[in-house]
Amino acid sequence: MSGTSTHPDTRAERRSTAAGADAPGPAPRPAWIRRLGDAALELRAFIALAVIIVTFAALSDTYLTSSNLITMTRHVAINAILALGMLLVILTGGIDLSVGSIVGLSGIVAGVLLQGWQINSFDVVLYPQVWAVIVISLAVGMLVGALNGLLISRFRLAPFIATLGMLYVARGIALLISNGATFPRLEGSPELGNTGFGFLGSGRILGIPTSIWIMVLLAALATVLIRRMPFGRWLYSVGGNERAAELSGVPIRRVKLWVYMLSGFCAAMVGLIIASELTSAAPQTGETFELNAIAAVVIGGASLAGGRGTVRGALVGAFVIGFLSDGLVMVGVSTFWQIVIKGAVIIFAVLLDQGQQRLKRSSAATAATSRAPAPPSTASHPRETPH
Amino acid sequence: MTRAPVAPVVMRAREVTKAYGGVHALKGVDFSVRAGAVTALFGENGAGKSTLMKILAGVETPSNGAVELDGEPVAFRSAADAVAHGVAIIHQELNLCPNLSVTDNVFLGRERTGWGGLLSARGQRRTTAALLARLEEPIDPDTLVGDLRLGQQQIVEIARAISLDTRVLIMDEPTSALSASEVEVLFRVIHDLTGNGVAIVYISHHLEEALEIADDVAVLRDGALVAAGRADEVDLGWIVANMVGRNPDDLYPRLTAPAGEPLLEIEGVSVVDPTNPARLAVDDLSLTVRAGEVVCLYGLMGAGRTELLEALAGRSPMRAGTVRVGGHDVTSTSIAERIALGLVLVPEDRQRDGLVQTMSVGDNLSLAAIGRLLAGPFIAGRREGDAIARTISSVTVKAAGPAAAITSLSGGNQQKVVLGKALLTEPRVLLLDEPTRGIDVGAKADIFALMAEQARQGVAVLFATSELGEALNAATRVLVMYRGRAVQVLDPATTSKEELMAASGEAEPPAPANGAIA
Repeated sequence: MSGTSTHPDTRAERRSTAAGADAPGPAPRPAWIRRLGDAALELRAFIALAVIIVTFAALSDTYLTSSNLITMTRHVAINAILALGMLLVILTGGIDLSVGSIVGLSGIVAGVLLQGWQINSFDVVLYPQVWAVIVISLAVGMLVGALNGLLISRFRLAPFIATLGMLYVARGIALLISNGATFPRLEGSPELGNTGFGFLGSGRILGIPTSIWIMVLLAALATVLIRRMPFGRWLYSVGGNERAAELSGVPIRRVKLWVYMLSGFCAAMVGLIIASELTSAAPQTGETFELNAIAAVVIGGASLAGGRGTVRGALVGAFVIGFLSDGLVMVGVSTFWQIVIKGAVIIFAVLLDQGQQRLKRSSAATAATSRAPAPPSTASHPRETPH
Repeated sequence: MTRAPVAPVVMRAREVTKAYGGVHALKGVDFSVRAGAVTALFGENGAGKSTLMKILAGVETPSNGAVELDGEPVAFRSAADAVAHGVAIIHQELNLCPNLSVTDNVFLGRERTGWGGLLSARGQRRTTAALLARLEEPIDPDTLVGDLRLGQQQIVEIARAISLDTRVLIMDEPTSALSASEVEVLFRVIHDLTGNGVAIVYISHHLEEALEIADDVAVLRDGALVAAGRADEVDLGWIVANMVGRNPDDLYPRLTAPAGEPLLEIEGVSVVDPTNPARLAVDDLSLTVRAGEVVCLYGLMGAGRTELLEALAGRSPMRAGTVRVGGHDVTSTSIAERIALGLVLVPEDRQRDGLVQTMSVGDNLSLAAIGRLLAGPFIAGRREGDAIARTISSVTVKAAGPAAAITSLSGGNQQKVVLGKALLTEPRVLLLDEPTRGIDVGAKADIFALMAEQARQGVAVLFATSELGEALNAATRVLVMYRGRAVQVLDPATTSKEELMAASGEAEPPAPANGAIA
C-alpha cells in the first residue's frame, strides 16, 4: 500500500519458543489474494482515469488523438510536478498551501532577471545567462520552502498556519517586485546572450514537450527517493508516528525542513515552465494551484494524516483532474458546471478510498484481536496454576 | 470461597470468562461485592483485574458467564448503560478533557439544562463546588482541568464518579497521584459512601493502603480468583503469597554472564517532571551498568523510571548530570547520535512511541538501523531483507512476513518487533521500559530470554519494571527508585519480595509520603 516494501516477501513464519502462549489465529489469507487486493486499491484511480478517457473519447472525436493527448498531458504536468512536492509534504503529515504563490514568485524572479536586473547603486543592469536565471529562480523557491520548514520544524507552527501565512507573503513579494505588472517578452536577445528560456515551456525532445520530460524525470527521482533511500522511510515514519520515529533516531526536523524545500523547488519549477510557455511572467500566476495539487495527491490515495501515499497515486490523481477538466472543456460543458463536477469527483474519490481503507483496517483488526489480547494488562498466564 | 455475607451482595460476576483469541484473561471468575462495603481486589499486573473491572463496568462483555445486579442477570451495552444501572468506574488513566473547566468535566455528557435547553451553568457550578468541598480540595470549579496538577485531576475524576449517585463504584488505582493527606480525605469520603450503602471495589498497588480501607479482599492470579476473605482475617503476607503463587521462576532465564567493563555510566542525573515543572521526576541519580549485567529499575508508578530512561535515550532534557556510553560523554547528543554510539531505548508504550502503525513489520524493524543498510546513498534492498528476516527469526516474531501490516500482530509480537528494531542497531547499552507490559506469558519469557542473551553477548541491559517477580528474577542487580531518588541497590538473590516492596514504598513508605512534592 505504501509502496515501501522493496524487500522480497520472505516467508519467515516461525514458531515461537513459547508454544501455545499465542494461540494461532485463523490462517492469514494467502499472499496472492492480499496482493490482488492491494493492486485493486492502486488500480482504483487508474480505473477512474480509464472511465474518464473512454467517456470523453465517445463524446469527442478529437479527444483521443495523439496531439490532444500531448496537449492535455502538458496541462497535467504543471499540476503533477506540484503534486510530487505536495506528496512529500503530505506523507510527513503536513500541508503546503504556499506552492501557488511560489509559482508566481519564481516566474517573477525569472522575469526580472531576464529583463535585466538593475542594480541602482552601481548603475549597472545585469543580464544573467538563462541557466543562471533558472538556478536562481529555483533557489528562491527552495528558500521560501526552507522558511516554511523552519517555521514548522524549529518554531513548531502548524503546517497549515505557516504555509497559509507564506501564501500571502510570497504573493505579496511577487507583487512588490513586479509592482503588480506583468513582465512581457522573456525570449531574451542574442546580443545579450540570454535567449533560450522558451525551451522549458515550448521546447520538445523526441517530439514530447520539455515540461512532460521534466514531470517524468522528477517523478522518477521522487520514486527513487521514496523507495530506495532512507529519507523515504523517514517520510513515512514521521507521518505515521512521529514519536516512534524520533525515538528510532530519525532526524525529524531535518526531514520536515527538506520536504518543504523540495515542495518549494517543485513549485518554482512550475513557475519557470509557465513563464517560459507564455514568455511572460505575471505576479498572479498560480493562484489556487495549491488546491489542485492537494486534490491530486488525495485522489491518488494519500492520507492527509500522513504516512500513506505513493508517487504513482499522485501522478494518476493529477491525470484524473487534468483529463477530466480538459474533456469537459472539449465537450462544451459550461465553466461553472466544470467546477462543480471537479469538486464532486474529489469528494467521491476520497469517499471511495476511505471506504476501502476501513474495509482493510477492519479485516486487519479482526485478524489482530482474534490472535491475541488487544488491550494491555489483560494478558494472563495460560498455564494452569493449581492452588 | 469462604464468605459470611453480612450485608447483601449487590453485584456478582458469575463464572465470568474473557478470552482474547486463544488467550484467556479471565477463567471462570466468581466475584461478588457487598453493599456498604469496600472490596479490595489484588493481583499482579496482567492478573486480570482491569479486565474484570471493565466487564463489571460495561466496557467489555464477558465471553462466558454472567454479571448479576441484585440477583438479576444484566448485560450492559456500554459504560453509559452501566452508569444508568448505578455502576460507575474511575479508570486508572484519567478520562478528562484538559481544555474544559472542572465543572464542565464533572457534567460532561450529562449536562443539566434548564429553560429552553440552555445549560444551567450556575446549578452545575454550585454542585461542583459542593463536591469539591466534600473532597476538601479547594479548586475553583472554573479552572481548566489542564491547569491542575495530576493529583487534583484525579480528585476531579473522583468528584465526577461520586456525583453519579452510584450503587457500585469501582476505583482503579485512585490514589496513584495523590498525596498522603489527599488519600486520607478520599478514605473519609469512601467511608461516607459506604455508610450510605454504596459498594466500592478498590484496586491499588499500595497493598497496605488498600488493606486499610478494605472490608473484603479478593486476589486474582493468572485470570483466576485464587483467594477471597474478610480484610480483618488476613495480612499482607497472605495477600502477597496469593498474588505471586508458588512457582513464577520458570519464566526467567539464568543470568550467567560475568560483569565486564562499565558501558553505561550515569552521574548525578536530574530530570524535571514534565507535568509539574516545580518537581524533579529524577533527583540526583547515579548508576553504572557493566557489560553483561542486567540491572532492574524497580519502583511504583511515578517513581521516575520512565523519565530517567527517556532522558538517557535523549528524548527529554536533563537538568543536571552526565551520561557516558562506553566512555563517551553523550549528555548533550541527539537520539540518533546515541543510537550510533550503541545506546537504544525500547519504550514503555509501544503504540505511542514504539511502532509506526502505517508501516509494515519489515519497515518498522529496519527503521532505526536503515542508515547502516546502505549501498552508496541507496538502501541495500537485499541486505535489508536479510537483516529483517534474521531479526524476525531471532526475536521469534510471528507474522505473515516482513510485508505484513504491523497492526495485524498480537501485542507480544508487536513488542518483539520494537525490541528487534532496537537490536538491529547492534546496541552496547539496551534500555527497556516495562518491556513486558500487556503481553502474554510466553512472549514475556521470550523477551527475558532475549535480554539475557544480549547480556551474554556483552551488552549492558537496564530495564524498568513495576512487577516484583521480574525485578527479583530477571536482573543481576535491582535499583529501587522512590519519588525520583535511588533509595537502595539490592541483590535479587538475597532479597525477599517483602523487602523489595518495603524499599519501594509499596508496603511501608521509607520516607515522608509527600516530601518530594514541591
